[in-house]
Amino acid sequence: MPGRADIERTFREEHGRAVAVLVRTFGDIDVAEEAVQDAFAVAIERWPRDGPPPSPAGWIITTARNRAIDRLRREAARAGRQAEAVRYQADRGPAEAEEDEGPVRDDRLRLIFTCCHPSLAMTAQVALTLRLLGGLTTAEIARSFLVPEATMAQRLVRAKGKIRHAGIPFRIPRDADLPARLRAVLAVVYLIFNEGYAAGSGERLVREDLCAEAIRLGRLLAELMPDEPEVMGLLALMLLTDARRDARTTAAGELVRLADQDRTLWDRELVAEGQAIVRACLRRGEPGPYQIQAAINAVHSDEPTDWRQVLALYDQLLAFEPTPVVALNRAVAVAEVDGPAAALDLVDDLELEGYHVFHAVRANLLRRLGRRADAAAAYRAAIELAGNAAEREFLERALADTQLVE
Amino acid sequence: MTTYLIAMYQPDGGPPPDMDMEPVMRELEAINDEMRAAGQWVFANGLRDSTTATVVRVRGDEVLTTDGPYLEGKEHLGGFTIVRAPDLDVALGWARRIAKVTTLPVEVRPFHD
Repeated sequence: MPGRADIERTFREEHGRAVAVLVRTFGDIDVAEEAVQDAFAVAIERWPRDGPPPSPAGWIITTARNRAIDRLRREAARAGRQAEAVRYQADRGPAEAEEDEGPVRDDRLRLIFTCCHPSLAMTAQVALTLRLLGGLTTAEIARSFLVPEATMAQRLVRAKGKIRHAGIPFRIPRDADLPARLRAVLAVVYLIFNEGYAAGSGERLVREDLCAEAIRLGRLLAELMPDEPEVMGLLALMLLTDARRDARTTAAGELVRLADQDRTLWDRELVAEGQAIVRACLRRGEPGPYQIQAAINAVHSDEPTDWRQVLALYDQLLAFEPTPVVALNRAVAVAEVDGPAAALDLVDDLELEGYHVFHAVRANLLRRLGRRADAAAAYRAAIELAGNAAEREFLERALADTQLVE
Repeated sequence: MTTYLIAMYQPDGGPPPDMDMEPVMRELEAINDEMRAAGQWVFANGLRDSTTATVVRVRGDEVLTTDGPYLEGKEHLGGFTIVRAPDLDVALGWARRIAKVTTLPVEVRPFHD
């Protein structure tokens, strides 16, 4: 018989589907969420006694829908709106569409586009996506983003209020708007992933949960939009990056550069899956920024790294995203292909004085050119700006090495 | 249906002297016509310069009348359109067109209704 933890897991997995279907029925996120909460209370009572239902997803949706109808009917009757109460009564009965994957799939897509609507602040988009589609609790989201629970709760309330009052629709965007809207959705998922991957502060395990959650959302998007190559590109990028997680830091939490990583610690299954997706993307021939970044990671996953190929991919990425940060990453590849002097010329032209990686890359190039005093100064500038402890320690070791040789 | 305010924000001093306002006004009128045809148009008009504004406010028992505008700044509400639209995306569609034609930043806000 399932225990509370099993039931919680099932509800978390099915949360997005259930809320999405119920939002279609009731047109309101709060009603949908409350209904799923009600169904959870019923499950806690019944499942341990009777065993789990054959289709937990269908059970949750049917139970939640009936509870919501009961609630709305009671409220309507209390307010003297008899006609409305009768109408809710008529709505009761077996759920019509829960076994039918087509409409359910569209429900979830609609909800994703609502959560990631550009009229919501990015922080609100992230919180809503994790709450409604990921099924995370407000407390979990607050912990992951290192903000007080009350702050996160208020953020969610305000965002849901805006959806309701400003009339943000539950709708898949028109074809003309789809590329921009899809970019916004992918940006939210990638931000969640990076928040879990790159941050060095807070409870480490909680933050790693964000990577897992982002990959789960990425898989959901891939299931819902298999024909969008950038959706597949983002999934591959996250899988290939996450595959290296165990090799990326030492047991003591120190950062390990890609070139120095113990490749036996890489998750081979994730690498294979990511590389397979990248190959499928290449066959399609509709490149985009996420696909190219995934391809770069796929090349890095083979030994030895084919730097000419990496450089060619960065050339392509720079055409899509002509930003100084992409140019900086490209310069790292240039250093491997054409040598550190050529790379330094490129790096010195970039206006990234406030970015610690810029100084770290310069320091590395200067060191390779034998300009140790300049390299040490650049390392110090990087240490000054580095945001998290693991990166700072890595840079301090590099600085110490530079001075040792001197 | 929700009623939306589409507000345009304008730099003080009016449009640059070399800007030909005639095609802008013509295109705005065309958008208004389309809103009317869609049954969504409620109201639209441009405001005179913010230096023509007067502010009225209560101080204790007194009601003070002073020279406006209410908010100091280099940009002020320059005009607005009110539409009744099925959802925010439809209202944003109109707002986008107004922003393009006027090159002004535009704010969309729902009314209580």
